[in-house]
Amino acid sequence: MAKVLPSKHVVIVGFGWTGAIMAKELTEAGLDVVALERGSYRDTYPDGSYPQVIDELTYSIRKKLFVDVSKETVTIRHSVNDVALPNRQLGVFLPGDGVGGAGLHWSGVHFRVDPVELRLRSHYEERYGKTFIPDGMTIQDFGVSYGELEPYFDFAEKVFGTSGTAWSVKGQVVGDGKGGNPYAADRSSDFPLPAQKNTVSAQLFEKAARDVGYHPYNLPSANTSGPYTNPYGCQMGPCNFCGYCSGYVCYMYSKASPNLNILPALKQEPRFELRSQAHVLRVNLDSTGKKATGVTYLDAQGQELEQPADIVILAAFQFNNVRLMLLSGIGQPYDPRTGEGVVGRNFAYQNMATIKAFFRQDQHHTNPFIGAGGNGVAVDDFNADNFDHGPHGFVGGSPMWVNQAGTRPIAGAANPPGTPQWGSAWKKAQAGYYNHQLSMDAHGAHQSYRDNYLDLDPTYRDAYGQPLLRMTFDWKDNDIRMTRFMAAKMKKIAEAMNPEHISVSVKDFGGHFNTASYQTTHLNGGAIMGTDPKTSAVNRYLQSWDVHNVFVPGASAFPQGLGYNPTGLVAALTYWAARAIREQYLKNPGPLVQA
Amino acid sequence: MSADDSVPARRDFLRKSLSLIPVVALAGGAPSGLALAAPTPESKPGSSPRADHYQPVFFNAEEWAFVRAAVARLIPADELGPGALEAGAPEFIDRQMQTAYARGGLWYMQGPFAIDAAPEMGYQSRLVPQDLYRLGIAAVDRWTRQQYGKVFAELAPADQDVALKALESDDAALEGVPAKLFFAQLLQNTKEGFYCDPLHGGNKQLVGWKLVNFPGARADFMDWVERDERYPLPPVSIRGERG
Repeated sequence: MAKVLPSKHVVIVGFGWTGAIMAKELTEAGLDVVALERGSYRDTYPDGSYPQVIDELTYSIRKKLFVDVSKETVTIRHSVNDVALPNRQLGVFLPGDGVGGAGLHWSGVHFRVDPVELRLRSHYEERYGKTFIPDGMTIQDFGVSYGELEPYFDFAEKVFGTSGTAWSVKGQVVGDGKGGNPYAADRSSDFPLPAQKNTVSAQLFEKAARDVGYHPYNLPSANTSGPYTNPYGCQMGPCNFCGYCSGYVCYMYSKASPNLNILPALKQEPRFELRSQAHVLRVNLDSTGKKATGVTYLDAQGQELEQPADIVILAAFQFNNVRLMLLSGIGQPYDPRTGEGVVGRNFAYQNMATIKAFFRQDQHHTNPFIGAGGNGVAVDDFNADNFDHGPHGFVGGSPMWVNQAGTRPIAGAANPPGTPQWGSAWKKAQAGYYNHQLSMDAHGAHQSYRDNYLDLDPTYRDAYGQPLLRMTFDWKDNDIRMTRFMAAKMKKIAEAMNPEHISVSVKDFGGHFNTASYQTTHLNGGAIMGTDPKTSAVNRYLQSWDVHNVFVPGASAFPQGLGYNPTGLVAALTYWAARAIREQYLKNPGPLVQA
Repeated sequence: MSADDSVPARRDFLRKSLSLIPVVALAGGAPSGLALAAPTPESKPGSSPRADHYQPVFFNAEEWAFVRAAVARLIPADELGPGALEAGAPEFIDRQMQTAYARGGLWYMQGPFAIDAAPEMGYQSRLVPQDLYRLGIAAVDRWTRQQYGKVFAELAPADQDVALKALESDDAALEGVPAKLFFAQLLQNTKEGFYCDPLHGGNKQLVGWKLVNFPGARADFMDWVERDERYPLPPVSIRGERG
């Protein structure tokens, strides 16, 4: 029998970006908030102490900060006809664990969203006709517009201390010829900090992209270009391009994280409590199944505890939100055979192609050990619907960039194609090319399909005896055609740099999803937002259609994957949902949208 | 390249100020920040790493001979400098064998196991790194005895290379462990031992980092980020050793 703890107004499951934002917003509203984080307590000190954190083996290779898959992983299969197998080693994606979640070890690319992608189905049907979207592709609109979200994008950037170059502010073009993105949506204010310096690799990309007629711009980066104090009074120091960014705790206090940008303010707040090593097993519902009464969790000793609360926020990683809903009986599970049900529906990902350019030693020193995770130069000429998709017959777009986050030799020293994997020839290529190469990505959007979905695995269980989440997922013809188109466009940029060698990594027709090869950690959907309870699990305020005191922020709400990195939209949607709780829900607890 | 680079005075200032950065930044963590200002005696340019006095804990004598011989072929000492043996990769691997990683503690290891799964399903073996080395080395030595009449460590270097290629391509029929799986484990750990921070037992005297001009734990490039030039300072380790 679980020990019952004193009730709180709000219990938050997970303390990454969405949990931290919700905790700050809801304590500001006068509520008593407890956050339950399954992993350890973590902070810049001691987890990001220099020089201990400058250790590639411990962090990038043995993956110290990522989720402990020995306790809990997911199973994966390519189709409903296959038996899913567990993802035994971290590889294809790297979710977080511990206080700060993936927000502690992310890179810091901090985009907004292309407005078209918030109403993707409507936009494609309007521009290309209803038959353009292939059968089985289940993309849909988010149910919220860029205009509605703009104030929340703006505030999130101020909290994160984001560096960048605006194109236009309140309709006035300010970034033409200065590194602004001509395809970017209008902004109500400039970035809090100017863009960072650019690496040699980014400079080469910038020139080459311009030479082939594209429109390069500075990546918006949640790595600071200078000292900064955010609206919560949290202080950041200038990024020094140390090259230990993604996968590491930032020792320079320069990369935005929940731990650095929000937690210091919450620590001053007596209404807030953070419990780490608190593994939530399920959300508890009352006898009607329409209202949550709190959550049950295990503490570090394995004691089962019940935390009653008036509001439950599921702020775990994308797929853990979905899993908790399935384990708790919140919302109808999705069935791919009938297309009915919502929880697990529209699981989507990212669609990457990568090109590496290798230069002669007397040509360029790209020094790839120098880097910052959010830093780089990109083009949006083929992102979203910035070009006519009509002749090409696929849905989706892709930004392309050099985003030199710092590559270290164990994992990062690539050799030109055809080099042996070992021996003197390998060694010679390492010595000759490590400091003379760059990598560029086409960071493609990924669409949702009827038979890519999430449910509970019938065989494999976690360390606590609960079923693992099962992913049924594979690439589709649309995805392969899109990424091959993007790789061909990006290859023109690579060729314009006149390198000695080029290697292209792109998916082939007939190839399957590879669970061993890193793609991104940008997983989407499964508890998607929308305007119709038949096709979405949460409403436009991220409130469960079925259990009105459960809110589910995160990329689990995205009906499909974006071209841009998701964190900026995740943060803005969380502020948007928090505002709805503060201004509407607390006055009149119940559904914020009538089904 | 910025216009400043052509001005010697500016460049000299940057070099001097850059060399000071790790001293300041390391002051709290290294035994002596000042030790970084000058090369330590054992890291004189051109000197070879010290003799290997490490006594293995996990590997027995036959296994140790195999590991030393194999890493010396995977990353050989040659005209470009020391290889994985000189870098201490065997010590690194032996020390790794004493961690949770080597016991599969970082992996999801609940059954059932589908060992014939397609490669795109990722690692599906029930073998953990300790098993791969223990079974793999014995199996390779049995195989080379059949092929050449000798254990791997006693083969001529050219024959060792042929044997390693047969493992890499999965052409060697090993008993009890897939050749390709064992080879991938060995190669990955060898590269780790060549390039890791020396505190893990490999990359002695920073030989791996010096080969590729990787600066290690310097981790401060504010003044070099925009420069299309060779980075001028030698590598530094977490403990303050200088290459």
